[in-house]
Amino acid sequence: MADRAPAPDTPELRARWGDFAWTEANAAEVPKIVARYPPGRQRSAVMPLLDLAQRQVGAETNTQGWLPIPVIEFVARELGMPAIRVLEVASFYTMYNLSPVGRFHVQVCGTTPCMLRGSDDILAACTKRGMSKGHISDDGLWSLTEVECMGNCASAPMVQINDDNYEDLTAETFDKILDGLAVGGRPKPGTQAPGRHTVEPLGGPTTLREMVSANHDYRGEW
Amino acid sequence: MLADKDRIFTNLYGYQPWGLKAAQARGDWDDTKALLARGQDNIIQEIKDSGLRGRGGAGFPTGMKWSFMPKEPKDGRPSFLVINADESEPGSCKDREILRHDPHKLIEGALVAGFAMRARAAYIYIRGEYIREAETMFAAVAEAYDAGLIGKNACGSGYDFDVFVHRGAGAYICGEETAMIESLEGKKGQPRLKPPFPAGAGLYGCPTTVNNVESIAVAPTILRRGAEWFAAIGRKGNEGTKLFQISGHVEKPCVVEDAMSVTFRELIEKHCGGIRGGWDNLLAVIPGGSSVPLVPAAEIIDCPMDFDGLKAVGSGLGTAAIIVMDKSTDIVRAISRISYFYKHESCGQCTPCREGTGWMWRVMERLRTGDADVSEIDMLYEVTKQVEGHTICALGDAAAWPIQGLIKHFRPEIERRIAENVREAAE
Repeated sequence: MADRAPAPDTPELRARWGDFAWTEANAAEVPKIVARYPPGRQRSAVMPLLDLAQRQVGAETNTQGWLPIPVIEFVARELGMPAIRVLEVASFYTMYNLSPVGRFHVQVCGTTPCMLRGSDDILAACTKRGMSKGHISDDGLWSLTEVECMGNCASAPMVQINDDNYEDLTAETFDKILDGLAVGGRPKPGTQAPGRHTVEPLGGPTTLREMVSANHDYRGEW
Repeated sequence: MLADKDRIFTNLYGYQPWGLKAAQARGDWDDTKALLARGQDNIIQEIKDSGLRGRGGAGFPTGMKWSFMPKEPKDGRPSFLVINADESEPGSCKDREILRHDPHKLIEGALVAGFAMRARAAYIYIRGEYIREAETMFAAVAEAYDAGLIGKNACGSGYDFDVFVHRGAGAYICGEETAMIESLEGKKGQPRLKPPFPAGAGLYGCPTTVNNVESIAVAPTILRRGAEWFAAIGRKGNEGTKLFQISGHVEKPCVVEDAMSVTFRELIEKHCGGIRGGWDNLLAVIPGGSSVPLVPAAEIIDCPMDFDGLKAVGSGLGTAAIIVMDKSTDIVRAISRISYFYKHESCGQCTPCREGTGWMWRVMERLRTGDADVSEIDMLYEVTKQVEGHTICALGDAAAWPIQGLIKHFRPEIERRIAENVREAAE
């Protein structure tokens, strides 16, 4: 099991987050999310609402966002759930941050397929910049987590930073991405291998070559 | 090799837009009303005849699974289709390509499958880390609603069917069908005891079928081209096309759709540019995602990549996520990293798994450095046998099998490390 515990429930935390409420835009979003589930089953919306809350905390703190206890209690009130049930969910799923993170949450995949393609070098590049797992760097920019398989195995090694994936990395291309983010840029997400589009074999697809240049309809050949 | 015209996922690499117009030009949503007009039983029979087996790992016949759903609603309870897009098995990266490049194949499949099993709605459960992919899915579903393809009177068929997207938040275990249902209900994703099976009491206590993305997305094409077409591809009992995902030490890792039962050699030569350093440099292959036992080079090279072929070499097709390891691989570390994965992802419900995965990983780490006694290899093997089959879901089994495969095929390597460690300590 992943060891996860919420940040301590201190008076300072209450003072900062006790009056958390949805922004206008998010308040409009909530009923739409709840409507995806049958009437009386609004509890199903707990995961999307926790995600929404984390993103709002992120926007307010200029980080990826996290879930302080008062915010978890707020989501519980929104859905008419006991707070402990929401805390259970927040602590079970690893994408909910239970303590503050930096501006960029650098999530390096270290599972075997990425390991075989050199994720050790990517982690070393993070360490070289002063990142360490589970900590925020001194400049507040970076948090580092080694995560489990992210499902980008055919374009490994990969890193997810906030909402974007960067694939086919080398220590050098990864460094450039971090440099770009640090100065407020938006590096191109996806594969970083020159000439590769997505997950076709490097150098061009071995199948479906007609699709490269045109939206080919194969039905005529059936 | 499979001809391009026989490939189902023609926009696999996303060279063309995923949107509704482009998807329709490729043949999706082409008179879906006529497909539905064939009637529920005919659709299920066609899928049964095609030989389609579930693409999520277990390989259960898809048509048969659909037929378990009640034909008449019991005491007013609706039925649900849940589509498993919680792709998290290390090595697996096929559903992602469907979600982001061919989402309309999945939505059309959801309607056809949902109609066949008399479901009221489908929930597509996408793993939390697929953030951009989920955005695409949300947008594609909205497009389909706007075009009247789903929702009230879907495709003008007179059948009402909703499709909803639900994003997870980073728990591998939610790929297990009952854990997924728990998670959809807003709880921790801890698997349920079976029975009752989901077809009797699943999501919200209603009859539910959970299917993999690929199983659902291929259904409309099977109906359009006929069961015989699909069944003519691959060996008997292993029919159809399959998305293979090759990662690790090949020259060109990729995702590719090919015929079932293609040999490992042909797959690697045709699409991946060969093994890094040549065929003599191949050490071992994990052929179906991290939870299946590894297969040494000599046994896999000419093995047909299908359910039965890989079972015959003591492994499994799983999700067809092929992890290739050459001779530079620290094989004990590669498996130990998988043990760490299962330790991290155990939901904590059953003691043998919660305690066992951590214990096994710690022993694996000592075997990696040789800091162990030879007798501990057998002890570890014994413990994997104690975890296997003694848990509610298959995560315990999945944690045990890779270690059993390692000990079976690479015991001399583990013993060599221990001997070397003893020698170094003596010096």
